[in-house]
Amino acid sequence: MKIEREVVGTPAGIPFDAASLRLDFPILRERVNGKPLVYLDNGATTQKPEAVIEALADYYRHDNANVHRGVHALSQRATDRYEAARGAVQRFLNAESSREIVFVRGTTEAINLVAQSFARPRLGPDDDIVISAMEHHSNIVPWQLVCAATGASLRVVPVDDAGEFSFEAFEKLVGPRTRLVAVTHVSNAIGTVLPLQRIVALARERKVPVLVDGAQAVSHLPVDVRALDCDFYAFSGHKVFGPTGIGALYAKARHLEAMPPWQGGGDMIRTVTFGKTDFADIPARFEAGTPNIAGAIGLAAALDYVERAGRPAIAAWEHELLAYATERLAAIPGLRIYGTAREKAAILSFTLDGMHPHDVGTILDAGGIAIRAGHHCAMPLMQRYGIPGTARASFALYNTREDVDALAAGIDEARRLFA
Amino acid sequence: MSDLRDLYQEVIFDHYKRPRNRHALEHASHEAEGHNPLCGDNVKVYLEVEDGVIRDVGFEGGGCAIATASASLMTEALKGRRVDEVEHLFDGFHDMVTGHATPADGELGKLEVLGGVREFPARVKCATLAWHTLRAALDQRHGRVSTE
Repeated sequence: MKIEREVVGTPAGIPFDAASLRLDFPILRERVNGKPLVYLDNGATTQKPEAVIEALADYYRHDNANVHRGVHALSQRATDRYEAARGAVQRFLNAESSREIVFVRGTTEAINLVAQSFARPRLGPDDDIVISAMEHHSNIVPWQLVCAATGASLRVVPVDDAGEFSFEAFEKLVGPRTRLVAVTHVSNAIGTVLPLQRIVALARERKVPVLVDGAQAVSHLPVDVRALDCDFYAFSGHKVFGPTGIGALYAKARHLEAMPPWQGGGDMIRTVTFGKTDFADIPARFEAGTPNIAGAIGLAAALDYVERAGRPAIAAWEHELLAYATERLAAIPGLRIYGTAREKAAILSFTLDGMHPHDVGTILDAGGIAIRAGHHCAMPLMQRYGIPGTARASFALYNTREDVDALAAGIDEARRLFA
Repeated sequence: MSDLRDLYQEVIFDHYKRPRNRHALEHASHEAEGHNPLCGDNVKVYLEVEDGVIRDVGFEGGGCAIATASASLMTEALKGRRVDEVEHLFDGFHDMVTGHATPADGELGKLEVLGGVREFPARVKCATLAWHTLRAALDQRHGRVSTE
């Protein structure tokens, strides 16, 4: 088996100026509690560049109409822009065809679509689905629902103390009755980048399809679904500088062709009589009802922004930031970092001795520093480490070393207060 | 936003670091478990009620400084109280931490150190977790209460 390492870093020397990219994000000029905003909660949602805000406003100002139905000019413009957005997602993921891109509300809806329309009809009582211990609840609960409905079971690949995916255990867990492997690309709670090339290669050997939860990956790493050869890839627009309420599911065309519709309604049909309905072709078959047109257009603007900044350059910059932040925080007495995998995205989860993450979050917020405190919708992973939660700083392309310095100073302040 | 010191007063640190009555009661007449799904914190409250009076009270679990100190302070405030006074105390405490009303002078006693929570809306659930659990215990509700 040929094993390829994933490319996370980039050739050195790519110019990347986070400080000037910051200027593209109006919200980063806000003051919070009288302090300049230090936004380190990008894992929860990212901020929006002017280009995205402008694309939304521009659509509503000039092109707003319903798609795929009107004969009038605005409807045609809206349809063109909506379908162009699909093309933008296709290029962003390097999918073969825009027919393989289904617009959804976000990663959660994408996974539920695959669970109900792809997995459920294929599952029986002796079958199983393999996930990892690092999954977000949105890549756990949809599978539990289909397992409950079909009698299938869920198998969980363990994670070690460092936060590494146990490939050895994975090899053993994928059995003859495994119908799907569903894993995250990047752990939202501890930042681990999973060895997707190896995971997909093994699943291919055993003829098991693979779904990848890309919610935390798309803003950090280049993603190429054809090189990866996964069957499904899901992501949310708002975690990659786009609007909320829009996301995309990539699925190989042959899967989509074979999947029954998930929701019924307008826009997903060819002809309807009371006796029989013929469904539209893919991907419209999976987009019942008026879609989030503005959201799709905003998402396309966001992906365009990311492409212009350059994903390899973003990954390299964030790698540098993560290394710096890890070094700064590791030097703080009583601070413990959760997630020290060899390959990580720019997510730093930590606890402080004698302090609850919520208190850390409140004290940092008083200093204008936004982090996430809690279980990060990954309660099984927190249980694995025997903690109720962590404080999590998650970075994006606009974060700087100064943001890391502010975080470290804020943590010092918290420690002084609790001393 | 107010100074952090308004939220994290010395009394709160004291009760966080050395919680009072943090133990189960062997002969509890009432008990309930509370859960804050937002942060995953759990608290269990035990009461020994005799002739309508709270003779003893204990708690297990906790979480952040606010949740733990609030549970600890609550147990101190409850000992010897009549059960029929609890609802009034609950309302007074709840109004104080949500900022709906200022407690009358001395009405809430030591509990007033938690008044700073009103400036930190995200932390109201931490301060009220034990109190919601107390109410569930007195109502003899089964299962867990949740702040969500």
